[in-house]
Amino acid sequence: MKTLLKNCKIVNYDKITEGNILIENGIITDITTENIKADKEYDCTGKYVLPGLIDMHSHMREPGFEYKEDITSAGRAAVAGGITTACCMANTKPVIDNAPVAAFIINRAKNDGLFDALPYGAVTKGLKGEELTEMGDLIENGVCGFSDDGHTIMNAEVMRRALEYVKYFDSFISVHAIDTNLQGNGYMNEGRISAINGLNGIPSESESVIIARDIMLARLTKSRVHISHVSSKEAVDIIRWGKNEGVNVTAEATPHHFTLTDENCLTYDTNYKMSPPLREEEDIEAILQGFKDGTIDCISTDHAPHQDDEKFVEFGLAPVGIIGYQTAVPLTIKRIDEGILSWTDFVRLMSYNPAKILKKENLGIIAKGKQADIVVIDADIEYTYTREINKSKSFNTPFLNKQLKGRALYTFKNGRLVFQA
Amino acid sequence: MVYDKKDFISTRDLTSEQIDYILTQALSFREINKREVKKIPTLKGRTIVNLFFEPSTRTRTSFEIAGKRLGADVINISASTSSTQKGETLMDTVKNIQAMSSDIIVIRHSFSGSVKFVADNVHTHIVNAGDGLNEHPTQSMLDLLTIKLQKGKLEGLNVTIIGDIEHSRVARSDIWAMKTCGMNVKLFGPPTMIPVGIEAFGVETASNMEEAVKDADVIIMLRIQRERMAKLLIPSEREYSKLFGLTPAVMAKAKKDVMVMHPGPVNRGVELSSVVADSQNSAILDQVENGVAIRMAVLSFLAMAK
Repeated sequence: MKTLLKNCKIVNYDKITEGNILIENGIITDITTENIKADKEYDCTGKYVLPGLIDMHSHMREPGFEYKEDITSAGRAAVAGGITTACCMANTKPVIDNAPVAAFIINRAKNDGLFDALPYGAVTKGLKGEELTEMGDLIENGVCGFSDDGHTIMNAEVMRRALEYVKYFDSFISVHAIDTNLQGNGYMNEGRISAINGLNGIPSESESVIIARDIMLARLTKSRVHISHVSSKEAVDIIRWGKNEGVNVTAEATPHHFTLTDENCLTYDTNYKMSPPLREEEDIEAILQGFKDGTIDCISTDHAPHQDDEKFVEFGLAPVGIIGYQTAVPLTIKRIDEGILSWTDFVRLMSYNPAKILKKENLGIIAKGKQADIVVIDADIEYTYTREINKSKSFNTPFLNKQLKGRALYTFKNGRLVFQA
Repeated sequence: MVYDKKDFISTRDLTSEQIDYILTQALSFREINKREVKKIPTLKGRTIVNLFFEPSTRTRTSFEIAGKRLGADVINISASTSSTQKGETLMDTVKNIQAMSSDIIVIRHSFSGSVKFVADNVHTHIVNAGDGLNEHPTQSMLDLLTIKLQKGKLEGLNVTIIGDIEHSRVARSDIWAMKTCGMNVKLFGPPTMIPVGIEAFGVETASNMEEAVKDADVIIMLRIQRERMAKLLIPSEREYSKLFGLTPAVMAKAKKDVMVMHPGPVNRGVELSSVVADSQNSAILDQVENGVAIRMAVLSFLAMAK
C-alpha cells in the first residue's frame, strides 16, 4: 500500500523543505514535488510535517501502577502528542532491573503497534543505589540505556563503576540529579517564593552539585552520561562547561521547566509540584539559551501520571510530576511563536538528537529510506485541553482546561496512521 | 462588613481596615473576659470543631475557651484520636466533620498550605490555627492587640523578631500584618535560620544582637525547637542562648520600655532568660489573655458572615 502526504512543509533538524512524502511498507520511499498516485492521500497544506517525536524520559507505570497509566494508554497519549517513540523509566513495580520486565514492556507496546516503548534498565538493583543490575542481560532484551530515575545514586563509587561498566555495551546512564541531603524534606524551589509561602525549599545547588560530580565521573571513566530534566541556570552552565571540556555529556529539559516558574506554588496547587522543582524566570531563560547553543540536546516530557486522588492532598504529601505527552507540542510552539525557538530547533531537540543519543539510525529524519515515523502538526489550532482530549489515564497537569495552541493532526508509526485529531 | 471572606487563613491578604476591625471587635470581647460571668450567647447553637493535627495546649485551649464563652458547642479532635492514622485523607476527614453540620472548623496542621487547601474545597468556615511554616494568623492578631494596648498605637513602631525565622509561622504572619499596619519590622537569627529569599519579606535584617534590639519598641522572641539541632541549624542550646538569647545583658542595650513578647511555650534559659521572661518588660501573659479575645472576635464574625 502506498500512502502519500501531500503539500508538506517538511521540517528536519537542518532545514525546512516543501514536498510530498511517499510511504510504502513503513518506509519513506520518496520525497518529491511530483504528484504520485497513492492508495491513501493526506493533504498537509499549511501544516508542519516532522519526524516522529522521540521522548527520552517518561513514566508509563506498567507494570505495577496500572491505575495511573499502562502501556496502551501511554501509547494513545504519546501518539496524540506526536510522540512515536518514548523511553520509560525503571521505577515500575517490579523495577526494570531484570530482563523479563524490560521484554514485557517492549512487547506490550509492539502488540499495540501505536508507538515504541523503550525501557531504561535500572542502574542498580531495586533502584537502591548499591549493586549494579545485570546490564548485559538488560541490553540483550532491548533497554535503551540505564537510569535510576527518581533516585539519585548518592554513592559516587557506585556511579563511577556503573559508568565504567556501561561502556562495554556502548550504552549510557541518564542521571536524576538531586542531592538527597540538600533536598532534605523540601517540596519546591528554595527562594523568594518558598520564603513567602513557607513550603520547605530545595536549593538548585542540590541539582548542580550532582551534575558536576557526574560530569567529572564521566570524564574519569570516559563514559557517556545524559542529564535528565535540567531545571536550573547553574546546571546549564556546568553542562556547557562539561561539553567544552570534551566530556561525553548530553542533557534534556522538560516543557514545564521552560514554561512554568515557582510563582505558581503560591497557590499550593499540587500540579506544580515537580522533581526537580519549578525554578525562576532566569532559569527558564538559561534553559532556552541552552537549547539554542546546543548545551541542552533534547526536550523530554518526564510524563508522570498520577491519579486525581493522589494529587488532591496537602502539597507536602503529593507525589511529584505531571503528565506531559500531549503538552510538549503546544508548549514548544509557544516558544516558536515567540521567536525564541525555530521549527528546526524543535526537530533537533525532540527527534534528531534523541535518535542520535539512542543510536536509532532509522529515526529522527524525514528522508528517503528512513522509517516512516511522522507527525503532522497543526500549529494554528487553538483549543481547550479538556479531559476528552487528554488520552492518558491520569489528568494531573496544570494545563488541563487551559487554552493551548498547536497539536498533532496526524501521527504515523511505521507508515501506519496511529492518531488523527 | 469589613471582613467578607469565608475563612480566616492568612494575614498576608488582610487590609489595615480589616486588621483594625478585628482588633476593635476583640477589645469588646476583652471586656467580657473580665466579667464574673464570662459567657454570652452570640454563638449559641453553633458547633465549632477544633481539628488539631499537631500537639497544642495553648492555642487549642484558647480556641476552646473562646468558643465556649460565645456559647458555642466546641469539640476537640486531636491527631492521635483521628482517623488519619487509619489512612483517611485530610479532605475526607474534614468533609466528614462538615457533614455533621459543623459551623466552623479550626485547623492546625503540619503542612504549609494545608489549611488553605481545605478551605478552598469545603463550604464550612475554616480558621487557620497554624499551617506548617506558613501562617498562624490569630497569633499575629493577638500580638498586634497586645502591642496596641500597651503602646497606644501600631504605626511607626519598631519591632524585632529574633530566632528561627525560616521555620516560624508566627514570624510570617507577624511580618505581613505588621507591614500592613505601618510598623518597621527587623529580623535577626543565626544564618541557618534565616530563609533563602528573605528579601521577599521586604524588611530589614540585623547583623548582631545589639543592632537587633537597640531601637526596638517590641522584641518578639521565637521558640527554638529541640529537633533543630539534629537538622544542623545550631550546635547546641548553650551556644544559641549565648549568641541569640535575650538576656539581661542584652536588655541593657535596649530601650527601657521595650516590650518583650514570645508566642510560647518558652524555653527558659535558651531563647529567653527567666529574668527577662518574668520582668516588667515581658508581655507574654498579656498575649495569652488577648488571645482568647482575638479568637472570640474571629469566631464570631465568621459565624455571623453567612
